Amino acid sequence: MNLTIREALLTFRRAPLLSALSVTTIAFSLFVVGLFGLVAVNLQDALRGVAERVEIVAYLLPGTPIETITLAEKDIEAFPEVQSATYVSEDSALARARGELVEFRDVLQELERNPLPASIELKLKPRFRDAQHVNDVADRLRGFGFVDDVRFGRDWVEKLDRLRQVAAAVGLVVGAAFAVVAIIIIGTTIRMAVLQRSREIAIMRLVGATDGFIRRPFLLQGAIKGMLGGLVAMALSYGAYVLINRWLIQAAFFSREQGIAIVGFGTLIGLFGSAASVGRHLRRV
Amino acid sequence: MIKFTNVFKAFPKGGLALKDVSFHIAKGEFVFLTGHSGAGKSTVLKLVFAEEPVTSGEVRVSGFNVAELRRKDVPMLRRRLGIVFQDFRLLEDRTAEENVAFALEVTGARRSTIAARVMRVLTQVGLAAKAQAYPRELSGGEQQRVAIARALVNEPTVLLADEPTGNLDERATRGVFQLLRDINASGTAVLMATHDLDLVRQAPYRVIELQEGALVYDSVADEPRDQAASP
Repeated sequence: MNLTIREALLTFRRAPLLSALSVTTIAFSLFVVGLFGLVAVNLQDALRGVAERVEIVAYLLPGTPIETITLAEKDIEAFPEVQSATYVSEDSALARARGELVEFRDVLQELERNPLPASIELKLKPRFRDAQHVNDVADRLRGFGFVDDVRFGRDWVEKLDRLRQVAAAVGLVVGAAFAVVAIIIIGTTIRMAVLQRSREIAIMRLVGATDGFIRRPFLLQGAIKGMLGGLVAMALSYGAYVLINRWLIQAAFFSREQGIAIVGFGTLIGLFGSAASVGRHLRRV
Repeated sequence: MIKFTNVFKAFPKGGLALKDVSFHIAKGEFVFLTGHSGAGKSTVLKLVFAEEPVTSGEVRVSGFNVAELRRKDVPMLRRRLGIVFQDFRLLEDRTAEENVAFALEVTGARRSTIAARVMRVLTQVGLAAKAQAYPRELSGGEQQRVAIARALVNEPTVLLADEPTGNLDERATRGVFQLLRDINASGTAVLMATHDLDLVRQAPYRVIELQEGALVYDSVADEPRDQAASP
């Protein structure tokens, strides 16, 4: 094991240029993936912000007893999809309208009778903010005898759904393409490192080294390169993020878990890329 | 020790490299393998250390049935052999000492014993003073001595040498050959492929000659020749 570590580290000293080149290549490949990831993360944030506004309003028949409403509110809050249900009385509806619709203030001021119905306003939990679930909940609300009408921006929710599907599809396809390109480039880089040492591998085999013995330092070295590349890629992404934030738009950066995932992705590509390259090389000689 | 029985070797594109070759080399023997380039000398050696698969026939090397050896057992066979080539095959970025130690590290030898064993074989080949030199700082003869030290460090029962003097001038050739004879004198069998007939004539050793892949002469049947050179 000590020997594996020594041999793996020696490579960095013996072939510093090629090692640096590998790390740089891996870093830039992952940086592209990272940039795309940043776009995806921010797009998701934006969509989440929009989805925040998905709301269902159940208008109540006039004269519904407050006890009935309170009980129903409890029931509705117990729906698995519902995050919160808020009762808005006729009076508070009017007060809110006066506050929000400034241009109609005079009209609203002169009313003799409050024309606004009481309502229950529902917010859904984040993962249920799509057309399907909104429709479901709306249907269930209509089942209550005292509910006069249920409103939600149907078109709007459907458009949001569509947008989310497009974003997910594009993200998946483009993300996968970038990831594949990164894997190919990194694989090629690692293959160069293996070929550069093919003479050494031949000599190792000649003096009786097992395949495992030959392979181990390469795996370790590949993993280290992948990890270093991942760290550099994160640093570059952070730099890009700072610049974007300063000059373009307010953006979000990766969460700690996402950052670890990218570095981990680099490490794994380094590891498996090395395994594949050395394995192929060993099978051929 | 080494036993070939009706061995054939065909290369996918090169035709038949060995045709029905049979011979037996006993423990501690010194055997020359001679013949023109392309006669099959290197092929015989490659079959011995399982670099190439046997097409048909049986090859036995110090207890291993090479033709049926599994890939994972090949390293075990090679650790019992010492192998030396015309082009030395040293690692350029390691010192003489590290090159020799490498062959021990590969076998998982204990670290504490490596340094002592390496110095012992380097002394044996007369290079103890140049242990820290890199191959490019050594002459051809010295590089071949490092390679021989590397081959010896695992205490092999057989030393295979493929044209070990092919790249050396006359003086270095004599030195390396003498070293191989000394190694043989201490009990290690040596199978040396060479087309240097002067060397062959110098020593009273057995000669096996190949011609176009066939064994055409084996002196073991004949009287030992008389040109015994004193060590």
